[in-house]
Amino acid sequence: MIRLPYYPGCAVQTTARNYAISGIAVAEKLGVELVELPKWNCCGVFPSLATDDLMRHLAPIRNLIHVQEMNDSGVVQNENRVVTFCSMCFHTLKEASLFVKDEEKLGKINTFFEREKEFVGGVKQGYKGGIKALDFLEVLRDIIGYEKIAKEVKKPLKGLKVAPYYGCLVIRPREIGIDDPENPTILENILEALGAEIINNPNRTQCCGSYHTIDRKDIVAKLTYDNLIYPIRNGAEVVVTCCPLCTFNLDFRQKEARELHRDLKEIPVMYYTQLMAIAFELDKQFYGVDLELHHVDPRPLLKAKNLY
Amino acid sequence: MEIKQKKEKKEEIVRIYIMGREYKVPAGLTIMKAMEYAGYRFIRGCGCRGGFCGGCATVYRVKGDYKLRMALACQKTVEDGMYTSQIPFTPAEKPIYNLEELSPSVNVFLEYYPEIAKCVSCNTCTKACPQDLEVMDYVQAAIRGDIQEVAELSFDCIMCGLCAMRCPTEIVPYNVALLARRLYGKYVMPKAKHVEERIKEIESGKFDEEIRRLKETSMNNLKEMYEKREIEPE
Ligand code: FES
Repeated sequence: MIRLPYYPGCAVQTTARNYAISGIAVAEKLGVELVELPKWNCCGVFPSLATDDLMRHLAPIRNLIHVQEMNDSGVVQNENRVVTFCSMCFHTLKEASLFVKDEEKLGKINTFFEREKEFVGGVKQGYKGGIKALDFLEVLRDIIGYEKIAKEVKKPLKGLKVAPYYGCLVIRPREIGIDDPENPTILENILEALGAEIINNPNRTQCCGSYHTIDRKDIVAKLTYDNLIYPIRNGAEVVVTCCPLCTFNLDFRQKEARELHRDLKEIPVMYYTQLMAIAFELDKQFYGVDLELHHVDPRPLLKAKNLY
Repeated sequence: MEIKQKKEKKEEIVRIYIMGREYKVPAGLTIMKAMEYAGYRFIRGCGCRGGFCGGCATVYRVKGDYKLRMALACQKTVEDGMYTSQIPFTPAEKPIYNLEELSPSVNVFLEYYPEIAKCVSCNTCTKACPQDLEVMDYVQAAIRGDIQEVAELSFDCIMCGLCAMRCPTEIVPYNVALLARRLYGKYVMPKAKHVEERIKEIESGKFDEEIRRLKETSMNNLKEMYEKREIEPE
């Protein structure tokens, strides 16, 4: 068993529980124990792009300090990696870790943490640098490997037509991305290892509309239509995602998208980890399909394919 | 030698500044008592005098130190060169809700206090808390809808308001926490069976006769009964 520090983030603890529940179980099956940070806060969401906006970097850096503390207390040994499922969390943590490579900025941020030593509930150390944020997809590709994934498959997803969707945050910008920003292959490779039939999705690296989903549903509904209509026309039965926000927009905004475009057929949206749990034939609770977290219920499709 | 003299002096009388005005007060007094010594009379901003009501929030700074510090006036003793000012009331956001109509959902905090999503986790609220609570951590737990965690971390909150006054993103932690404890008490915490049973007994009139007898007992007899009462073992 490899033990890796694990940063959940708010989404996978709430509306995207199905992602973490399936992901943690899948990791364990593959010999990786994800050890939750004993203490963590919101990742900071959208990394601030202003270079002098140091305040916005406190949240992600604080989480990286908690990884250091895990090493100090012996929960993990000499482990400078921290794993996330959520693309947004991954992106923010990694962006912050790169941002403070600039010593001057790190110095200023650490001055801020320095004063916390004197009160209860404060961190007792600054950030020393060198913690690496990993998206769970990287763990699968680089630490576990596709071969080992294929070996664990008990029930191949034969005949299940899947269309991968990446969104932006795990592939762009290039310094942060984990794969080719224009032509990523991680999801395809994993799904292939599971035995699924990959459907070409020309929109798989498009933006999902992100947080406009709160105040400009109309924009997101339009994007959701665009992002779903091509895979559907190509014959996809399910869209496979790796980000809670993308998933929310592709799944829940289908309602608004269908109001705009009557021709849009409903299509379930699932996390790749859910499909892995199914292909590995883990206990059904780890599929994460019974938690009322899907807008379009994937169970009828799974049943039709003898996968549930 | 000179320094030593000063020190000795400091032990008896200290110089403090109440809202900018200088006063000499005996050392060892709390800020509240020192203010009364100086001639102030509290008609607001003072309640229990025991560190429980949260009515006496205070901001102070000590001469020569740039740091602004927070305390409860009834708890903190005066220091030489202390500049102090009271914050008896915090004009904070407090939405109206009906607990009966709420549900303990993960979004309940974001619905009533959407500004919690702006938390940058600077921990300034935690630093301000005179109760040494981990304020930022419970705000973070509220963001992810963890009612129990918020309720437990905020249990000792006395609603003094200082966290809200310090938050750079205008969050009102103590009101968020109050909502959490209300939801926790009503919907999450297991109900105490024995209390429910006792209420039924009371309602069915089981103790009416006893109460009637007590009401008719004279004060002296009552006192005697009280003295002789059975005390439950700890
Ligand atoms: S007077 Fe009640 S807490 Fe100070």
